[in-house]
Amino acid sequence: MRALASGMDVPAFDDTPFTPLRKPLSECRVAIVTTASLHRPDQERFSQADTGFRALDRNDRELIMGHWSPNFDHSGFQIDLNVVYPIDRLEELAAEGVIGEVAPHHYAFAGNQPDTVSEIRLDTGPQCAVQLAADAVDVVLLTPV
Amino acid sequence: MSTLAHVFEAAGMSTVVLASMADVARKIHPPRVLACEFPLGRPLGKPADVAFQRQVLNQAFAMLHATEPVFEHFPEVVASDEMPMACALPPRDDPHAPASVDEARGLISAYRRAVSRKGVTSVGRALTPEQIPDALDALHQWANGASWKDVPLPGKNTVAVCHDIRAYYLEAALELVGDLAPGGRAFDAWFYEVTEAGQTILAARRALKAQEAPFPFWFYMVAGHLE
Repeated sequence: MRALASGMDVPAFDDTPFTPLRKPLSECRVAIVTTASLHRPDQERFSQADTGFRALDRNDRELIMGHWSPNFDHSGFQIDLNVVYPIDRLEELAAEGVIGEVAPHHYAFAGNQPDTVSEIRLDTGPQCAVQLAADAVDVVLLTPV
Repeated sequence: MSTLAHVFEAAGMSTVVLASMADVARKIHPPRVLACEFPLGRPLGKPADVAFQRQVLNQAFAMLHATEPVFEHFPEVVASDEMPMACALPPRDDPHAPASVDEARGLISAYRRAVSRKGVTSVGRALTPEQIPDALDALHQWANGASWKDVPLPGKNTVAVCHDIRAYYLEAALELVGDLAPGGRAFDAWFYEVTEAGQTILAARRALKAQEAPFPFWFYMVAGHLE
């Protein structure tokens, strides 16, 4: 599967954006953004061509992995959601003072996207960035599946 | 995934990407990448292993202190275990029902226990749990020569139906083995190689392909490498 995917067409970016950390990690508010199509049972399911995202509350643990690809393991997530969405690890790091705070909201997109990813680049990604900024998030941990 | 790093960095946030596909991440050039060779679907490597997950996060967060773009590899590879998980299946109950239908009916109690313990289920994209045997019955008929145009599939969407059947078996099986964390491919190996349901899905998929059903209708029913 990895071999198959490494030949995929992806948008090539020539530049690498870089926002340096502006304060110590121990003062940073951290959010997770995952592309595992996670959602709560009461939220709209991800459609097969979903370019949107779902906001997860910091305390949500009863989540569904609604990703449409049949190609990867679901058993790890079913046993321990932290293997996809390490929210409990983040809480521990905050309690220990390694990071400043856990953000109040985290976000899930669908990883299966058209090759250009243009909706996410130009529309829903920036919308999510606005919501993260409104929560004064400093650091985003991105987890795929 | 890595595309979102561009978007968030441009908005003034620092990002770090846990990448399961190092080659793909390289092409997209996000600023901080920790490439992890773990089973696909397990970006933190090992379920229910707090210490291991912490190691991954420690390395990822340490990369935030770099003053320029950085690409690192997590030093430990977690291989996918391809051995089918050891989970006993219910004995035959109704000899007149197709084996997969009988099997799915036999798992309903374990499935219901799992749902009441977890409080959530992944079944429900296209089917209720009670419809799982009916969907397998239709797939069984397709596999045995019936045309998909003549025998309707409950839930209609083949890909959603197959996700629901797989999720039903996953939740029931983990309940039966007590959430012993199986290896990265152990559940799928069991499902597709050992269970009647997995075999029925694979056979129905081959039949749809032979009937020249539309490609997206059958191809995404299972992982791309399965036949």
